[in-house]
Amino acid sequence: MAEAVTTKTPDAGAPKRAPANRRGRKRRGTLLRIFNPIEPRTYMIIALLSFLLLFLGWWLAAEVNLAKDIFLPSPIDVWNRGVELVKDGTLWDDTKVSFLRITIGFAISTAIALPIGILIGTYRAAEAAIEPPVDFIRYMPAVAFLPLTIVWVGVDESQKWLIIFIGTFFQQVLLVMDNVKRVPREYVDISHTLGMRDTSVLRRVVLPAAAPSIWDTLRITLGWAWTWLVIAELVAASDGLGHRIIVAQRYFQTDTIFVGIFVIGVLGLIMDQAMKFTGKRIFRWAE
Amino acid sequence: MNEPKLSVNGVRKVFEGRSGDVVALDGVDFEIAEKEFVTVIGTSGCGKSTLLSIIAGLEEETEGVVLLDGEEVYAPGRDRGVVFQSYTLFPWMTAQKNVEFALRGSKRERADVARQHLEMVGLEGFADAYPSQLSGGMRQRIAIARALSYKPQVLLMDEPFGALDAQTRQLMQELLTKIWEEHRMTVMFVTHDIDEAVFLSDRVLVMTARPGRIKEDITIGVDRPRTFEVLTTPEFFDYKSRLLAAVREESLRTATEQLAAR
Repeated sequence: MAEAVTTKTPDAGAPKRAPANRRGRKRRGTLLRIFNPIEPRTYMIIALLSFLLLFLGWWLAAEVNLAKDIFLPSPIDVWNRGVELVKDGTLWDDTKVSFLRITIGFAISTAIALPIGILIGTYRAAEAAIEPPVDFIRYMPAVAFLPLTIVWVGVDESQKWLIIFIGTFFQQVLLVMDNVKRVPREYVDISHTLGMRDTSVLRRVVLPAAAPSIWDTLRITLGWAWTWLVIAELVAASDGLGHRIIVAQRYFQTDTIFVGIFVIGVLGLIMDQAMKFTGKRIFRWAE
Repeated sequence: MNEPKLSVNGVRKVFEGRSGDVVALDGVDFEIAEKEFVTVIGTSGCGKSTLLSIIAGLEEETEGVVLLDGEEVYAPGRDRGVVFQSYTLFPWMTAQKNVEFALRGSKRERADVARQHLEMVGLEGFADAYPSQLSGGMRQRIAIARALSYKPQVLLMDEPFGALDAQTRQLMQELLTKIWEEHRMTVMFVTHDIDEAVFLSDRVLVMTARPGRIKEDITIGVDRPRTFEVLTTPEFFDYKSRLLAAVREESLRTATEQLAAR
């Protein structure tokens, strides 16, 4: 016990003195040096100030009538409009409809993309058969499919799912393929030397190894899916957040457009953060 | 020497590349007796890891044959355990589960055997830790525990301590020697570290630069049990200087060839 204490004392004392000497010179300019770490609190304050400045600028621009109200409503008008839309239930209904659409569209896309991505990530022959056409289709803009989807399935719910699917699926397949390919070969080799067959290597080693990055792929593509949802709703829908925006445009209700955009942004952010949080919980080992 | 445990006969390996074929190994011949610790040493790129992969069955030889107990080796199998340098443990499993992963039998049996082997490498207290919570040395100890746990006929180690710092590496060498001296198994160890080769081995095989062949076969007569003290004995230095000369000749050859190729 006594020994431990005596050996510890000089150790603990030394680093305390060193920075005290240099403090005056070192501290200055920490924000201005490249790659220099800053305190989390400082980071937060700067981020908050940045938001504040953004809103202030907006408010000021609206206040001095930089543009007419129908072009640029003030943040206060937008807030009031938002409260109104919440009160009469429109916002909630639209959000519900949009949320359901993205959930179904994204779920269909994911359910098909996952097995295909895993397959072409592991078997070169499957990759040769599937990857080139998928890569080709991926570069066709999903928006250009809009008229076609309406011809194919009409304007009911399935058309929105289809647009989300077209926009998301091909990207997902390629990203999942890449996730699977990046599993270190050593894991597979070790499993083989343990006498495991390919199917169980796939199930017990490749999938768990790729799972955290696949989860990230889903999180990122979910963000993209929001864009396709809104586009689908802008073009042909009778409800949903995108539809609310396009109707508001017809009546020059710019404040409603702003509310719609904000709600979509916030919903996207919430879903993204929720997935990030869940991912961290499930894949705690991957740190 | 009676029937060898592992026998490598005329193994040749050619990699087909875009800019022509590369002969990685050209006529590798050697034998390892039962319960012998043999190290293959050579410059980087001499094909020593390729050789190990071929013996493990993870890669296919272009010509030649690898025999284990007189039977030809075609594919990876549980008779040959492998320890790599990196990505040795599955990061989503605890230390205990990583070892159990290699085992067969009832749940209870697997847990018991895994615990015994974690104890063997001195990590019984870290059974529930995930690899990311452990140091590089600890991870390699668990990898060794796993490779020993299912009792393969031959242990193949591909620079298992290559990614560790000098002090940890020294401790790991001592641990491996201690375990080997207690349990005596057939080991083929690959490294480019001469001290490591001499300290661990009964025999050291020096490979030529590419294309790799066995150039020298040196029996290390240092008495066992070996502790870190042998590192400073004249005997140890003798072996070291012989190996150093042999390896250096090859690295010089590679260097001049590379210069000439420009």
